Amino acid sequence: MTHHHHHEDENMSTGNENAYSRRLFMQQGMVFLSMATTVPSFLQNSAHGIMLPVGSLVTSQAGVPDDRVLVVIQLAGGNDGLNTVVPYGSRDYYNNRSQLAIGAPGNSRSNAGSALSIPGADGIGLHPNLTGLRELIDGGQAAIVQGVGYPNPNRSHFTSTDIWQTGNHSAQGYGWLGKYFDNTCAGKPNPKGSIAIGSKAPLALHGKTQKAVNFETEELFRWAGKSSDDSLAATYDDINRLETMQGVSKDSQLDFLVRTSLDAQVSSDRIRKAVQKQPLVKYPDGQLSQQLQMIASMIRADLPTRVYYASLGGFDTHANQLNSHANLMRQVGDSLNAFQKDVSAQGNGGKVLTMMFSEFGRRVAQNGSAGTDHGTAAPMFLIGDMVKPGLLGMHPSVTKLDEGDLIYNTDFRQVYATVLSDWMGADDKAILGKTYTKANVLK
Amino acid sequence: MAGSTLKKFDPKKFDESKAQHLLNRAGFGGTERQIAILAKMGLDKSVEYIIEYKRITDPSPVQSEDFDNDIMRPLTNSERQIVKKARQGGDEAALETFRQERQRRQRADRKQIAEMEEWWIKRLIETPRPLEEKLTLFWHGHFTTGYRTIENSFHMYQQNAFFRTHAMGNFKEDLVRGIVHDPAMIQYLNNHQNRKESPNENLARELMELFTLGEGEGYTEDDIKEGARTLTGYTFKDDAFAFQSRQHDDGVKTIFGRRGQFDGDDFVNLIFTKPSASTFIIWKLYRFFINDLPHGPTPDATKFVGQLASVFKRSNWNIKSVIKAMLLSEHFYDEENIRSIIKSPIQLIVQAMRTINPPDRKKLLRTLSLASNLMGQKLFAPPSVKGWDGGRSWISTSTMFMRQNTLLFLITGQRPDGYAWDADGSKYDAISLLGGRTKSPKQAVRYLLTNVLCNPSVQQEREDALLDYLKTQRNVIDNRTVTGLLTLITAMPEYQLS
Repeated sequence: MTHHHHHEDENMSTGNENAYSRRLFMQQGMVFLSMATTVPSFLQNSAHGIMLPVGSLVTSQAGVPDDRVLVVIQLAGGNDGLNTVVPYGSRDYYNNRSQLAIGAPGNSRSNAGSALSIPGADGIGLHPNLTGLRELIDGGQAAIVQGVGYPNPNRSHFTSTDIWQTGNHSAQGYGWLGKYFDNTCAGKPNPKGSIAIGSKAPLALHGKTQKAVNFETEELFRWAGKSSDDSLAATYDDINRLETMQGVSKDSQLDFLVRTSLDAQVSSDRIRKAVQKQPLVKYPDGQLSQQLQMIASMIRADLPTRVYYASLGGFDTHANQLNSHANLMRQVGDSLNAFQKDVSAQGNGGKVLTMMFSEFGRRVAQNGSAGTDHGTAAPMFLIGDMVKPGLLGMHPSVTKLDEGDLIYNTDFRQVYATVLSDWMGADDKAILGKTYTKANVLK
Repeated sequence: MAGSTLKKFDPKKFDESKAQHLLNRAGFGGTERQIAILAKMGLDKSVEYIIEYKRITDPSPVQSEDFDNDIMRPLTNSERQIVKKARQGGDEAALETFRQERQRRQRADRKQIAEMEEWWIKRLIETPRPLEEKLTLFWHGHFTTGYRTIENSFHMYQQNAFFRTHAMGNFKEDLVRGIVHDPAMIQYLNNHQNRKESPNENLARELMELFTLGEGEGYTEDDIKEGARTLTGYTFKDDAFAFQSRQHDDGVKTIFGRRGQFDGDDFVNLIFTKPSASTFIIWKLYRFFINDLPHGPTPDATKFVGQLASVFKRSNWNIKSVIKAMLLSEHFYDEENIRSIIKSPIQLIVQAMRTINPPDRKKLLRTLSLASNLMGQKLFAPPSVKGWDGGRSWISTSTMFMRQNTLLFLITGQRPDGYAWDADGSKYDAISLLGGRTKSPKQAVRYLLTNVLCNPSVQQEREDALLDYLKTQRNVIDNRTVTGLLTLITAMPEYQLS
């Protein structure tokens, strides 16, 4: 077989003919230098990822105002619940965590600091950096649901996250909030319904027909070519703002792309306009804070969005966790505090319910690296004027464990069911596929 | 044309547009010149040239010395002794030293996997054997293994080399049998923890569900349990497969109703007696190479897959026979299947690099690897054991802008944060794309729609929009306006299709 000689005679090559490769090859040779320093900042910023969802116009049940908003915050990686809501009255807590245990309020001997007390709670306090959250509890605006989990806990980040996001123990199927929109919008997609912040919309927001709008940062959520040239911008709009085109059949690949592009363009304008406004309060630094500030701005701008989704990573604290977890706690408490003050100052305090969760807590005993490994039950948080403030439910026993792990006492779907039915005015059974006893968390 | 089958495509109809389709699908697109040469060569010789890629010299053959295999090496016996003693004696200082050494190695390994990602993107862009890299990418997505789980870059590299070596090999003997002996896969699916006394079903389950048969296709939960027993003791030592006979369960197992003292190799043989072994992987190849079927299988697709599955079975599971039959078939060139696949992020950037000739911007490879991650496809790190879902799952409102902006960056150096064009100082010689010939506005637009958008029959609205843009530029065709046209064409929804 000599075909290839024949081809070479014709100078055929399926290789890259561009000068690029030759130059690159000469410059780099076989040495792969670290390229970390001059990555364009837009890529660097966004590589850290942020998530936010925007909501929708939904037909509500009778009696439920249709401007109610749900904000979901995911603490990704598995938040250490025992160092968030601290059982300082338990000897076993200290026995299991010689380097990590947080002292009782006023006890200054622990190098992990001393817990903040919770009014009316005995032996249970908050991480010392959760001052922002403590202030919300004092103001009657924050509830902690203790020991939330589900049967046969899964310790994989991915699977457990999917279980929380679908509300289904098999981790299969659509997202619970996607199903909410599927159920309430008569099977029509509602592109204004939910907004997630991040390069991917979380599974929680994916329904059979419902797709979330998602974006990472305001500056990434637009076509960057616009700023350079007006006539380019006009032509770009011609191309990407068409709702339909001649000869494109419904739900073909091209139709799908045209519609997504249109959704992106339309929500880009609204979202960017909304989030460019100065907030009414000062927000601390940090990713979660940035996301919540954007969400507050969108709420203030009266976007017809019912569900927003934000997330913060870094909770997978397998080693030397004291400082990193303390920083996260500071960020979480202060961001929630600023966000709640902001929506209250807007006059929207009664309209916005915030729900915060993590895919699992961590094991009771610390590991050999002054960290903690994947565990099970953990607290969930609800913020807003409508919550029953303070500690709710029972703290899971630190003594009676299941193979070293906490035993949950509230199924997370009990909380979902309450939020769906009592806050969103939806049919929780149709969405969750089963009736769950409501958790008594809202006023 | 409805009703197209595996029948051979009429060679007389193999023109430039079909040659372009062949290069887009069997590789990452081609230049006008490459397309013209293929069209002249004709259907048979073109397909042969693309498939018999081993006849083409690889300018940078993959060699294991390319990367360091020592970073994540296991502890030596003496090191293990020292750690053991330190633990027993409570020697915190010694343990801390070991911890720090481990963390240093992990950091070095994360750096190496980042370099590897760039190395592969570079190969994808430069290779004279596009089908080889495209299939390597296919197998990576099929036999998924993720770095974040195994944290061993050299094992990822070995697996990548394995996919490349057997890209068109025998599915049963080379690929499936090979993958159950692959250290990266063994670790990813926990088979190193699959022991006689405490079986782990993960590999046995995915071997049938995701690699060969499809979920629930011809097997039961009991078959998984028994299959797991056959794979006990299949582990790895350092960088190589190891069979630990003491951990292996050599008792009698019952799989698919057959009894025997089966081991893992017998298990693979048994799997290939099931009917869906000949169709499952063919469907997956179909969605990757022919049509990603957003609404599920069509009658034509089902018929075609049936025909191709017969070829597959007759050839004794030979992938090359399948690819060849596919690339020669009338169904492959059916108008219904042209521009029917949503480009993966890797396809998007590699095809752009290979066809529109952007300059080598600073930190280009690093930028492309970050951009592909933001678009949802990080090499060596598929999102889950299912790999990448592909098709419409690539597209969200966020990735839509990300795709447009990545192309804008390649073409202009423009960044979303508002710096001027050519911010990194490299100029794009856009006009050379037109082949050095002077063209009227209409000719220039037609030319770019044909060669860059790969869609000369695009809706009239698109052509008019581009001509209107040129009118605002007093119909001048120069480097600046061609650059403008390219930014607009690559921002079209149509550009996302292959």
